[in-house]
Amino acid sequence: MGPFITPIGQATENNRWAGYKPGIWAGLNNNKLIFVLTKRIIPCLDIRDGRTVKGVNFEDIRDAGDPVELGSFYARQGADELVFLDITATHEKRKTLHELVNRIAHQINIPFTVGGGISSPQDVSILLQNGADKISVNTAAFERPELVTQLAREFGSQCVVLAIDTKREADGQWYVYLNGGRKKTGMSCYEWASRAVDLGAGEILLTSMNHDGTKSGFAIDITRKLALGLPVPVIASGGGGNLSHFEEVFEQGKADAALAASIFHFKEVAIPELKRYLQDRNIPMRLP
Amino acid sequence: MNLTIIKYNAGNIQSVLYALERIGAAAVVSDDPQLIASSDKVIFPGVGEASSAMTYLRERNLDRLLKDLSQPVLGICLGMQLMCARSEENDTNCLGIFDEEVKKFTPGTKEWKVPQIGWNNIHHLKTGLFRNVQEGSFCYFVHGYAVSLGSHTIAETDYILPYSSALNRKNFYGVQFHPEKSAVVGEQILKNFLSI
Repeated sequence: MGPFITPIGQATENNRWAGYKPGIWAGLNNNKLIFVLTKRIIPCLDIRDGRTVKGVNFEDIRDAGDPVELGSFYARQGADELVFLDITATHEKRKTLHELVNRIAHQINIPFTVGGGISSPQDVSILLQNGADKISVNTAAFERPELVTQLAREFGSQCVVLAIDTKREADGQWYVYLNGGRKKTGMSCYEWASRAVDLGAGEILLTSMNHDGTKSGFAIDITRKLALGLPVPVIASGGGGNLSHFEEVFEQGKADAALAASIFHFKEVAIPELKRYLQDRNIPMRLP
Repeated sequence: MNLTIIKYNAGNIQSVLYALERIGAAAVVSDDPQLIASSDKVIFPGVGEASSAMTYLRERNLDRLLKDLSQPVLGICLGMQLMCARSEENDTNCLGIFDEEVKKFTPGTKEWKVPQIGWNNIHHLKTGLFRNVQEGSFCYFVHGYAVSLGSHTIAETDYILPYSSALNRKNFYGVQFHPEKSAVVGEQILKNFLSI
């Protein structure tokens, strides 16, 4: 939500937005009623050899191990976007991923990002040709920052998501980690994010390693620093465990989007319930 | 009905093809002038950069062809922007189907992110393109440039300022959002275009 907008809540049957779809979100800007861009809720699916990794248990879908089925389920539930993170170890299995991306693109009617092991424009080109809307780069972009520029020039910034795994060290500073969090660097998270945006990254996917898996809430301070300091959207990831954590990351962390995995997969938080909860707290949400 | 999606050096063309498949419409992706000219309907999609897209279209004489089409044409995102007269993106002269200028979003403060990425409302909906689409429905947007409100505006969206999220002149329609990625609302809009 931009500045100067006082939320006035939702359109109802009776108020001045009568006739508009109930539940749409509006605000006041200089006394003029306007609508706003909504905050996004993004489930993340980890993929290995074309299958979802974490054991999920949904009686509503036939095969929760099938990323297409699970992704479609989330899309129907009102997810705003999906992220598919490929953790396939071997290079030979890339073809499986490409086929999967193609199936996802055929079936799913919301945008999706594919990440994991992307290190060249060729990798990106194949994924986009198969219908991915965006790709995310992490370690390869850090090791070769010119990759970000190359990708932005060739495919446009709008499809280049820079993923950063970050950890707060004892000195209180947030550092960039590579290789899925196994390799520490001496680079500050904010510095790298800011540089990557200058190079052409169109969005930042920020994962706090201190918070990931803890279900104790998102990393508010570093999310806020990036979200307020950078001109591109920031997706907060790691630590979302309950409804109020999401409220916090949008209200205080100023995140543009929030990503989570297992709490959705294990139905600890249901997307429709989460979105209604946030909407009731004046956080603009798309309620289908 | 035969339906052609214009093939050029822009992204997201496959996504449009797949979205049409989901609503049961077969389309071909082509840059063959004869095929395009003889289609019942034409879709001009795209994500990318204006000047390189216009260069590509001019080299293949697709610019003239597009302007002269008399069947229903739907421009999507960059496609809609290229149907305007001029774009601030690398100072590009475009097709001139809509006498409008495409301007860069200029945020007054850092809180506004550019490009706009995500779901926003469309309102003040006009024409059959939005039949059975409710006022205030959500569509998915990804763009850093926009067209101001004007006489061709058939849908409005607010981001920094109100702007045209859809345009119409005669047989030409343009949408700034991505119907192919806008869930059931987008599917309804594509269906509506097919029945125009």
